[in-house]
Amino acid sequence: MSTAMSPEPSRRILGETMQLTDDFFALFEMPRAFRIDPSELERRYHERQAQVHPDRFASAGDTERRLSLQWATRINEAYQTLRRPLSRAKYLLQLAQHDIASESNLAMPTDFLVEQMEWREAIAEARAAADHHGLEHLHHRLHHDLQERYGEVAALLDDRHDFAEAADRVRRLMFLEKLLFEIDEAIVVSEEQASG
Amino acid sequence: MTYSVKVLDHYEHPRNVGSFAKDEEGVATGMVGAPACGDVMKLQIKVGKGGIIEDAKFKTYGCGSAIASSSLVTEWVKGKTVDQALEIRNTQIAEELALPPVKIHCSILAEDAIKAAVADYRKKHGDPG
Repeated sequence: MSTAMSPEPSRRILGETMQLTDDFFALFEMPRAFRIDPSELERRYHERQAQVHPDRFASAGDTERRLSLQWATRINEAYQTLRRPLSRAKYLLQLAQHDIASESNLAMPTDFLVEQMEWREAIAEARAAADHHGLEHLHHRLHHDLQERYGEVAALLDDRHDFAEAADRVRRLMFLEKLLFEIDEAIVVSEEQASG
Repeated sequence: MTYSVKVLDHYEHPRNVGSFAKDEEGVATGMVGAPACGDVMKLQIKVGKGGIIEDAKFKTYGCGSAIASSSLVTEWVKGKTVDQALEIRNTQIAEELALPPVKIHCSILAEDAIKAAVADYRKKHGDPG
């Protein structure tokens, strides 16, 4: 190996120990937990982003530039995954090797599905009636419900390490996040109708 | 994503949308949901003499493929016995509607909805199947 060769670029970019294959928490040197400080995550994200930004390697060799791009992509993916509570919970389950089987596991409890159907019906009705107030009300009710459920997921993942139960809660949260998306979409439509 | 002509047809003109009264004679309900897409599907069958499915209704909140899959199975199960209805496979639904691989789970949802409805029928009628 030639002595003129630069040290391995990824090490130079992110210190001695960091690897592209490190998990997302390690990448930001944060404890592997559901409860995180969002402002701390954001601060570390910007710090890392600045360290690996491709602009810094504009005059570097091809390999280094390619690596800095890989790092920038990886860090972005890490931030997007950890930022939102649902994807953070799913990622923690994945790290704990607990498959949430979202594609194949269709056996949700009937009472939960009946409740989902009722939510969907309420949204469809409010949407059809352009009931902006009603939609806002649904949003707040669901938002409150979500906060409570994420609190339960936090306890299951961080305190009790009950991953099987956490996976069950996460599957439910996937439906509820979809509901919130549908409500917010309907709110936007009703606002457009009101202003148009 | 582009939908096939058959998916669009069922999506724009869904067959048998609605509900039966829960206490109506011979009515059984299957509820299923897929976390990956947040879709929920309710399929009801009305079973008459000799275990023949006389009518079916559905209510689905989800994408076009999920609506088309459930609309299609309400047509397919009519006139079949509950045992015959259980023979409907998601691959047949996917093939009929020309579903792309990413939408196969919609056809699985529809197959599972039939199974759930038949299970509910058997539970109500004490038929161990």
